[in-house]
Amino acid sequence: MSHDITHDEASHGHDHDHKPKGFVKRWLMTTNHKDIGTLYLIFAFAMFILGGAMAMIIRLELFQPGLQFVEPDFFNQMTTMHALIMVFGAVMPAFVGLANWMIPLMIGAPDMALPRMNNWSFWILPFAFTLLASTLFMEGGAPAGGWTMYPPLVLQGGHNVAYLVFAVHLMGISSIMGAINVIATIMNMRAPNVGYLNMPLFVWTWLITAFLLIAVMPVLAGAVTMLLTDRYFDTSFFNAAGGGDPVLFQHIFWFFGHPEVYIMILPAFGVVSEIIPTFARKPLFGYVSMVYATAAIAFLSFIVWAHHMFSVGMPLGGELYFMYATMMIAVPTGVKIFNWVATMWRGSMTFETPMLFSLAFVILFTIGGFSGVMMALAPVDLQYHDTYFIVAHFHYVLVTGAVFGIIAGVYYWIPKWSGHMYNERLGKIHFWWSTISVNVLFFPQHFLGLAGMPRRIPDYSTQFAEFNMWSSIGGFAFGLAQVFFIYVVWKTVRGGEKATAQVWDGAKGLEWTVPSPAPHHTFEEFGPVDLDKMAHGKDH
Amino acid sequence: MQKDNSNRTKDNKKVLNISLVVAVLMVGFGFALVPLYDIICDITGLNGKTGVMAASDVKEQDVGHTVTVQFDGTVNSNLPWSFRPKQFSMEVIPGKLYSTEYIAKNISEEDVTGQAVPSVAPNEASIYFSKTECFCFTEQLLTSGEEKQMPVTFIVSSDLPKDIEVLTLSYTFFNKNRMTTAQQAEGNAKHEKI
Ligand code: HEM
Ligand SMILES: [Cu+2]
Repeated sequence: MSHDITHDEASHGHDHDHKPKGFVKRWLMTTNHKDIGTLYLIFAFAMFILGGAMAMIIRLELFQPGLQFVEPDFFNQMTTMHALIMVFGAVMPAFVGLANWMIPLMIGAPDMALPRMNNWSFWILPFAFTLLASTLFMEGGAPAGGWTMYPPLVLQGGHNVAYLVFAVHLMGISSIMGAINVIATIMNMRAPNVGYLNMPLFVWTWLITAFLLIAVMPVLAGAVTMLLTDRYFDTSFFNAAGGGDPVLFQHIFWFFGHPEVYIMILPAFGVVSEIIPTFARKPLFGYVSMVYATAAIAFLSFIVWAHHMFSVGMPLGGELYFMYATMMIAVPTGVKIFNWVATMWRGSMTFETPMLFSLAFVILFTIGGFSGVMMALAPVDLQYHDTYFIVAHFHYVLVTGAVFGIIAGVYYWIPKWSGHMYNERLGKIHFWWSTISVNVLFFPQHFLGLAGMPRRIPDYSTQFAEFNMWSSIGGFAFGLAQVFFIYVVWKTVRGGEKATAQVWDGAKGLEWTVPSPAPHHTFEEFGPVDLDKMAHGKDH
Repeated sequence: MQKDNSNRTKDNKKVLNISLVVAVLMVGFGFALVPLYDIICDITGLNGKTGVMAASDVKEQDVGHTVTVQFDGTVNSNLPWSFRPKQFSMEVIPGKLYSTEYIAKNISEEDVTGQAVPSVAPNEASIYFSKTECFCFTEQLLTSGEEKQMPVTFIVSSDLPKDIEVLTLSYTFFNKNRMTTAQQAEGNAKHEKI
């Protein structure tokens, strides 16, 4: 063990930061995983605000029955663009940002495996979203047929569909390159004594996510290409008059779409699996079962897609198969939730902001999982389908799931990124403000859905007025809370209490062995790391 | 250390290449779902595509057992026609040949060619339902204001599972003038089969 790099050596050797000077060299041409991680996170944050602004327009229009503020077509553009921007612009890039920053630090790698490609995969994104957002200013407006892009509707909205398709192509290329980088980094760049089952769970969940991305993003690219050729090159993939079938699109889309929802949640599972042991001061319960559960969820996600299509008129056998297969996903998901709770059991817990967001994640994500299992029942889904019930479902899993996971990760690692502790009091205010308002925002939508209010409509019958008003009030409050979050982050980056290398006294992992802020270059020397510093370094 | 780094570079290239191949194959898989879907639908009748049976195939009749066949007709919004079944439902004996008619009328100022696309519900029943003669086999031209009776002859196979008591035959008429020649050709090739 004489050549182990202890944490002192690892940091001393690399204190001299060679940060390139000037905006172009430092950011535009960067190949540094930390800088690219930062770029991804800033980009995702900007998209989160843009998509959030659209959500505010939606909630404003739905504050009261009747048409008050926007035209129905513009309303539909808002729901469509909100979803596309949040899914592809905010949640996915935010997780890629976390991956860039943390994976090399967690496995003792000097950088991502393919740094130049890393630069490309980020810088494609601003172009993709400029293309997409430009449709807002075109004649006929932005795509308004829903983020699921079902034909024939999506083909009836003018030429925005071409921009939509190319934007999706670019996002897909970016995600695939990002995923390849993650896989290559994890497989080849680990410090020589770090085995697969020594890796932190965040690294594991990202490895599995990356495989999902490579498998399904190309399928989406194919599906939207068929939309494009149906629209402009006389093919009839989805055109019934020409012998095609619009339902075929739904099958292809959801073959991508269901794994996609797990692409958005698995890395969040990873983040909370890092945070909960730290603040419970206990090792993660059932590490290996967590790895297997993640892999099982990923595998199952490929064979359940038609639970989004229970109402298209599948034969009974199909409905039954997709119903049982979908309910099976609840099993590995339950294993994970059990393990998080067991990790906290008899731990000496403290409740700093990252832990609060993680706890809220565990509870609120589970609510979303429950409504998911309800909708997995084919006969009742005929009632829930395309109502606000499903809107409530996927916002519980995506906002209080994926987004809370990202926020928890930002609070957890921002001392490492910036070198400053965030202000704990402001963090707690942000937490309670967000958590209360997000429930006021989405919980009533369950009731609206059960009472029959359809999704994607700008106006509704008066019996839905009260719950919609509550939902809108919660929405505005939640939106404001995230503006407050910008302030908290900004303040932390600009100054604040100096963070130590260790940051959290219960934290284990190689990222806590380098100074805060993490120097521009870390783990440059190829050599074994001190496995004692890793949460699962010795045994698990 | 040098050696380790060049090994890493080589391994990274390998992962990159394999992943790119997988990604390209998955694009192919997305497109392969199209014929796959058609084949699965043909075999199982999943999307209501009807079975094939010639008039000469009519064999035993399952007398004493009848099923209800309902008729439904709609036009796509691009087609300025009215279109409806003459008769809304019929009791039929499986294995026996029946005929009925739809009535179509061109209510526009122009001559329009239409193409009907059939579908049978429930999907499980569709492979047991065959049309021996149908206006949907070919395109239909209606001059401005013209009204036409459109016959269809069909058999419900006596192999129809006993638990299916009601079948619906539904047609949607599409406007052929609004389609390009390529789309028409593709459509014609497919319609001959259904
Ligand atoms: C136990 C786990 C889950 C089950 C059983 C489940 C089940 C379902 C079902 C059956 C639907 C279709 C509802 C309908 O259209 O009528 C649905 C929709 C949806 N789910 Fe889940 N779900 C689960 C977890 C998740 C997770 C983890 C996410 C994302 C992080 C997610 C995101 C979505 C989204 C975005 C939709 C709506 C898609 C759309 O139509 O726009 N679900 N879910
Ligand atoms: Cu799904």
